[in-house]
Amino acid sequence: MRTIKHIGLIIFLLGLTIFSTLPFLGTYSMSSSEIDQWVEQKRIKSELFAAALQEDVADRTFEGMMELSPVIEKNLEEANATHRKNREYDKVIYTKATDMAAEIGKQAGIGFIAEKKGLMWWATFGLGILGALMFILPNVILLGAKGIKNNGIYHQNATNRGWIAWGVFFYLIAFYLILYFRPQYAVNWTYLMDPISERLSGNQAGHWFVYGFMYCTVMVVMGVRMYIKYRHNRYQMIRTTSVLFFQIVFAFLIPEIMVRLQMPYYDFKNAFPLDYDFFFQWNLRSLINSGGIGIFILVWGIALTLVIVPVMVYFFGKRWYCSWVCGCGGLAETLGDPYRQHSSKTLLSWRIERWLVHGVLVFAVGMTLITLYSFFSETGTVLGIKTSGVQNAYSLFIGAIFAGVVGTGFYPIFGNRVWCRFGCPLAAYLGIVQRFKSRFRITTNGGQCISCGNCSTYCEQGIDVRAYAQKGENIIRASCVGCGICAAVCPRGVLKLENGPEKGRINPTEVLLGNDVNLMELVNRK
Amino acid sequence: MPKETIAIIGNGISGITAARHIRKLSDKHIIVISSESEFFFSRTALMYVYMGHMKFEHTQPYEPWFWKKNRIELVQDHVEKVDHQKKKLLLKAGQPVSYDKLIIATGSRPNRFGWPGQDLKGVQGLYSKQELEQLERDAPDKETCTRAVIVGGGLIGIELAEMLRSRDIPVTFLVRESSFWNNVLPEGESQMINEHILEHHVDLRLSTNLVEILADDNGRARAVVTDKGDTIPCNLVGLTAGVSPNVDFLKNSGIALNKGVLVNRYLETNIPDVYAIGDCAEQEEAIGQRRTVEAVWYTGRMMGETVAHTLCGNRRKYNPGHWFNSAKFFDIEYQTYGWVRGEGSRPKEEGHFHWRHPQEKICITAAFHTDDRKFLGINTFGIRMRHEVVDRWLTEGKSIDHVMEHLRDANFDPEFYRTYEDQIVSAYNASFNTQIRPQKKSWRRILNYTGS
Ligand SMILES: Cc1cc2nc3c(=O)[nH]c(=O)nc-3n(C[C@H](O)[C@H](O)[C@H](O)COP(=O)(O)OP(=O)(O)OC[C@H]3O[C@@H](n4cnc5c(N)ncnc54)[C@H](O)[C@@H]3O)c2cc1C
Ligand code: SF4
Repeated sequence: MRTIKHIGLIIFLLGLTIFSTLPFLGTYSMSSSEIDQWVEQKRIKSELFAAALQEDVADRTFEGMMELSPVIEKNLEEANATHRKNREYDKVIYTKATDMAAEIGKQAGIGFIAEKKGLMWWATFGLGILGALMFILPNVILLGAKGIKNNGIYHQNATNRGWIAWGVFFYLIAFYLILYFRPQYAVNWTYLMDPISERLSGNQAGHWFVYGFMYCTVMVVMGVRMYIKYRHNRYQMIRTTSVLFFQIVFAFLIPEIMVRLQMPYYDFKNAFPLDYDFFFQWNLRSLINSGGIGIFILVWGIALTLVIVPVMVYFFGKRWYCSWVCGCGGLAETLGDPYRQHSSKTLLSWRIERWLVHGVLVFAVGMTLITLYSFFSETGTVLGIKTSGVQNAYSLFIGAIFAGVVGTGFYPIFGNRVWCRFGCPLAAYLGIVQRFKSRFRITTNGGQCISCGNCSTYCEQGIDVRAYAQKGENIIRASCVGCGICAAVCPRGVLKLENGPEKGRINPTEVLLGNDVNLMELVNRK
Repeated sequence: MPKETIAIIGNGISGITAARHIRKLSDKHIIVISSESEFFFSRTALMYVYMGHMKFEHTQPYEPWFWKKNRIELVQDHVEKVDHQKKKLLLKAGQPVSYDKLIIATGSRPNRFGWPGQDLKGVQGLYSKQELEQLERDAPDKETCTRAVIVGGGLIGIELAEMLRSRDIPVTFLVRESSFWNNVLPEGESQMINEHILEHHVDLRLSTNLVEILADDNGRARAVVTDKGDTIPCNLVGLTAGVSPNVDFLKNSGIALNKGVLVNRYLETNIPDVYAIGDCAEQEEAIGQRRTVEAVWYTGRMMGETVAHTLCGNRRKYNPGHWFNSAKFFDIEYQTYGWVRGEGSRPKEEGHFHWRHPQEKICITAAFHTDDRKFLGINTFGIRMRHEVVDRWLTEGKSIDHVMEHLRDANFDPEFYRTYEDQIVSAYNASFNTQIRPQKKSWRRILNYTGS
């Protein structure tokens, strides 16, 4: 069994290595006529840029994006600069240089990687999945009987902030930086995904398709790990199934299929303000111009945020979204599960959390109000603030850096819910509802707590669960996403997530159950 | 008037609970002197540190700033002597500490029954942080420690077995009783735990006593000899045959001792202004069916809460409610409420209803009075119970039939778990010729609403 695991690890690392070297490899070449065709098809009006491409790119071969990308970026910038100087604004190209490089790269790929897509898929994703499963599946036997399996978490390098954890940390950050800021280096990855993408939406894969597919794959593989680890716990089994379902069907398949049906790309479960650009002008226009389905999406999106989300939170707590449906939550609960113990439990981090997460909510709502005002009054500035400036700032700092780079990259060191806890505006909104108007609570079982600290240690949201449990106090916290792990790891059966009457949700804790005092006497003395 | 100084010896659950509640109720000067660790930690969690579930710092329920903020002065030192006439504590390293009132909360230490070889290297108990560290040194892995022998089949013994097994260290478990913990657990339960211990590949030896621990040339334990005549080679011997109050330093102090520090129901010792709580306290007279020394977490916490009220001008009797406790035997959670007796100590009027799941390691035993069928208590294994509900049944003197009928109210397992009330109640009906139908769970009953 251990041998299988080791072989699995080697296979996985092989797949990962091939995958990781792809950004540096590949041959790119376009003939002069291909460039002409492409320029025409893209309706590029800048004759300077077209000429520069003919001059610098046509009929040459470039080894790797390292060579090709700077040429394109330089030419694009020069062409734009000249057009601006000559006030030929209709010729300026607004596509970002990095995106332009990615687009041309995608046309220009030749040679092994671009041609042997299937084989390359197997050499990367295939090996990765196979190896990971070989690494995970033997746990069915190795972990032994059903029960809590946290042995050695703080002894192992990977789960105790050792060098492996730091390696994963930097790797993830680098990956997200490429994804968000240097998509041209992801071009080779998109080739591997072309066959699948074409089957689904009819289009070639872009780097976001690669990401979407990878996201699902990682969640499924790590979901298998969850199934094995928590196979004694039906709550975890069902919850894991739910997040996998919503990720694969709602976040991945349905939007792709909608594109194929000429409908707008939309993830029906992604609620504003997590879906922060829902009210952006371009999205509203695109929805309004998409006929019935567009209007339906518009109504649905608004109802989701204003009605469905709070009503569901009232009945079930914010967990129904954060740890049963949401994609960010889904990744955190699968890929992130080995790192859940790293979320800080200090009072200081709770303070920071409250400022930060509510700050982002205010930012998101404010930005949306400005956006809507701009949309209806058809201006670009509100009170002297440029709407697009605010939107760009949000997209960059919150959408890309916080939610993506930090949100996932920080898993191995700071725990798996950094984004959900400190950054997600939707979580902040749900949290307010959960805190003040909900039937959900974690009930503390009378006086049974032994203050061992397992619950707090494994709380991914950094809630000091023990602080409540040892006082016999029910846990009613805005940030609780109801993952249920505290209840699972508690060795004394102290915690139960449940939905019940609002009355009795906040329980009296004057006296801990077990100590029989004359209550009337206590009251009289007060 | 200067503030009254309350000195507390021992920063365990009882001493710290007392300190916290005194602070809540008053502005007195509080000083806690304890030698084992700088800060309060949860002794019950020591096993999880060795098993790698947590780091030691996670066992500390309060962050370091907490003590300063709540003006609880901490001194890490050992109290050598209590001079109650001068109201002074003599410390090993530091200056003497004067007090106005003293709380003794010094906990327990592992029993050593004078076995030959009990002080050899590689022989240890499992109580303190230092013993945990020693275990980490002597049994870091299965290469260094090729076999461990554990002596004493109680809760700490089985925890130690689980700890060592988490590092694949072979374990031999010597249990004096004929079945694991059957001085406390009824037969069926004890039997199930025996099976579970074996499932975890522990070499369980029932009805077996330690005779002697043999030394190697370096004065380290190399083997144990049992009363069955076996010699078992090993590098580690864990002595877990119970604990007793840690009160040796009080001998000849004038404070009355028996096994522990003798206290009345107000937790007062024979000396005015000196109190004792937690594991080290011994009730002069047993409370109900309780033992006079109760070495459990919960009672220490309750005593700490009680004594704080007394010291803050509200003299209060220590009045523990219905007995409850819990533990975990490897993967099996155990909870108990009220009294369910093992074979040895079971009065003849205590009837039992026992149900065990046909495949899983799940069972319950409910105890009742055979005359009036009054519910006396319940043990559950692999099923969690709602403390409040069972406590109320006991207080209200419900019958066992009532308990069976409303068993669903008491289920505390996580959502979506399979429930067993139907099977349990139909087994109950079959044994007692009743026609009880388990009722649906009712929040109204659980939360004890009266009216609307
Ligand atoms: C491994 C283990 C697991 C356990 N699990 C459970 C469980 O699951 N459930 C349960 O109910 N109970 C459990 N217990 C028992 C429970 O931990 C004890 O009942 C409880 O900790 C006692 O608390 P205390 O405050 O009375 O004493 P302690 O926690 O022992 O604290 C006393 C402190 O005083 C210090 N001290 C003693 N003498 C002096 C002196 N002269 N000068 C200075 N300092 C001194 C000691 O070093 C110690 O730190 C467990 C115990 C152990 C060892
Ligand atoms: S895990 Fe359970 S026993 Fe331990 S501190 Fe949390 S609630 Fe208490």
